[in-house]
Amino acid sequence: MRSMLKASIAALATAATLAGGAIAGSHQLSGDLKIFLDTSNPAPRATMEAAIAMFQEAHPDLNIETTVIDREAYKTQIRNFLTANAPDVNTWYAANRMRPYVEAGLFEDVSDLWMEPEIAENLASTKGAMTIDGKQWGVPYTYYQWGVYYRKDIYEELGLSEPANWDEFKANCQAIVDSGRACFTIGTKFLWTAGGWFDYLNMRTNGFDFHMDLAAGNVSWEDDRVKQTFANWRELIDMGAFIDNHQTYSWQEALPFMVGGEAAGYLMGNFAVAPLREGGLTDDQLDFYQFPPINPDVELAEDAPTDTFHIPVNAVNKDNAREFLRFMVSADVQTMINNGQNLGQLPVHAQASVDDDKFLNQGFAMLSSNSPGGVAQFWDRDAPAEMAKVSMEGFQEFMVKPDNLDRILAKLERARERIYK
Amino acid sequence: MTAVADATRIETKSWFHRNQQTIAPWLFLAPGVLFFLVYVIAPIFQSFNISLYEWDGLGQAEYIGFRNYEDLYWEYVDRDAFFISLKNNLIWLIMYLLAIPAGLFIALFLNQTVFGIRLYKSLFFFPFVISQVVVGLVFTWFYDPTFGLLNNILSVFGAGPINVLGNENLVTYGIIVAGLWPQTAYCMILYLTGLNAVDPEQIEAGRLDGAKGWRMLWHVVLPQLRPATFIAFVVTIIGALRSFDLISIMTEGGPFGSSRVLAFYMFEVALSEYGFRMGYGAAIAVVLFLIMMCFIAYFLWSMYRDEKR
Repeated sequence: MRSMLKASIAALATAATLAGGAIAGSHQLSGDLKIFLDTSNPAPRATMEAAIAMFQEAHPDLNIETTVIDREAYKTQIRNFLTANAPDVNTWYAANRMRPYVEAGLFEDVSDLWMEPEIAENLASTKGAMTIDGKQWGVPYTYYQWGVYYRKDIYEELGLSEPANWDEFKANCQAIVDSGRACFTIGTKFLWTAGGWFDYLNMRTNGFDFHMDLAAGNVSWEDDRVKQTFANWRELIDMGAFIDNHQTYSWQEALPFMVGGEAAGYLMGNFAVAPLREGGLTDDQLDFYQFPPINPDVELAEDAPTDTFHIPVNAVNKDNAREFLRFMVSADVQTMINNGQNLGQLPVHAQASVDDDKFLNQGFAMLSSNSPGGVAQFWDRDAPAEMAKVSMEGFQEFMVKPDNLDRILAKLERARERIYK
Repeated sequence: MTAVADATRIETKSWFHRNQQTIAPWLFLAPGVLFFLVYVIAPIFQSFNISLYEWDGLGQAEYIGFRNYEDLYWEYVDRDAFFISLKNNLIWLIMYLLAIPAGLFIALFLNQTVFGIRLYKSLFFFPFVISQVVVGLVFTWFYDPTFGLLNNILSVFGAGPINVLGNENLVTYGIIVAGLWPQTAYCMILYLTGLNAVDPEQIEAGRLDGAKGWRMLWHVVLPQLRPATFIAFVVTIIGALRSFDLISIMTEGGPFGSSRVLAFYMFEVALSEYGFRMGYGAAIAVVLFLIMMCFIAYFLWSMYRDEKR
């Protein structure tokens, strides 16, 4: 932990001088700045602490107080601290996930920041995800691609190559199953991993716009197009594509199956790369491919969840907070916090450079040139919380008991009628 | 002189001094009563009030009358989450009571004087001392379908593998077994203290009359353990109704919601990551409260009856 923090600071040192030079031109801040972070995993935590240390260096008179809260606990605590004990800056997620706080008037409207040319021009790609009711409510600091991470050595052993379409995808899977392995590892105990599969299968079957309509409650769950998505999913389930007993595992507990070679692939976000590497997989064994098209008539669309900074309405030092937001989205800081030694994700700023990492490069290329349909946030961020919960429970049940599909869809349809009034 | 002085002192005794006997108990009770009113009685009415609203905990609450209860009723009719929670609560109530006979037999077994008995007693009591979270984790690993001890043992006999926590029919029983481990220890300690108070003369008299084994236990020992049984019953029923931590640690209510109980469902809809329905959660809390009230009323009534006797 300590060494990681040291390493991060060292990595930041060069960039710090650059950014420091840029910031020194602006006025010095004084007073207080209270920051709440949900980056509780070791690497993100060290990254954030190092970035804040840089900000402190640029503003020595500023009294910065940082609180790091466990990532899961944060999701429930945010409701308390936004109303009762608001910090000046807090982390959260984009799209529908921020809607409850926007609608309750707890997040500050930061459209003024988005008017500034520096931000307007360079963060345009994520503006949509930050916009509700025509206003922007925060700034993004990182995002990451989703896709299939697979064991290249197993594919080579079986003479398989990255699939270019759905038939190849299934043929590959059949070959892997025949070799006594599962095609995909997954742990659905906490449900959301099944949401990732639904995102991809539905976006590939019916397209991005249909997917968003479904998330917005405009389409019936008993619609034939939705049923087609599940029919495609069922082909994989009946084939034995997924590991057994996935309903008992978390996503981390599903990793050893991939490392041990009992499963050949994992549909996951880029954050899975770090633990897979730590588990002993080299970059020769591990590779990435974009989820292949299913219905050739729809454009490819991707999941790329965006993590964000917000200013609570009840914050005291809003000017300092705005300066901190400007700092965090600036090209240099974006380049640095997202590099391989730190977050290992994609920077949002258009002028920032992507670290030279195999997976980041592939992800960046995919999202910038091969996702014409659109970029989704993730099922549990695009759909309202309640609908996300009920539906992901349904996905899990479907993956274990595919015969219950009609009952599951009827239940989801009832929930839809109740939730979107 | 002194007699006169005494007389005046009696005359001038303050109101407080005159009523000391009646006031004192109320004064001693006051802090307790105050906290009970603020932290127990008031929230009961508050939750009932919230259950009549639709409220996400942040914005404006909207009055909707008994609609939350109506939704619960329909969930019950549709065999949905509420039905499952209610059914699981019932299973918990019945199965959890096994802790009482199990605790009794362990207590009888340990109620002897051999070398090192104190060590054995503390080993049996150990699961009650460790946190429920640890109990939950230990049993999760024990049940693990690929690496768990349970399936290793089963495979020796050529059976299994079974995924206890991943099977919607077994999961509740699996969690209850984990819960019985510490609960049995608790009942055992209650019975061990109870056994200390058993009158040896009555045992002797029973023996002279030829009672032994089961008849001795049933007719002589158990009646004397009645207070211990009563307390064990109370703590076990309450423990079963508030089962929450084990479920949260072991399954998160899964797979697909089949191990939920009312307490967990309430937390899920109102306070968890995806929960934004305070009113609905409050309605579930009220239902849980009414169920608990039945038992609490019975306990109070039987305690009152015992004291009158």
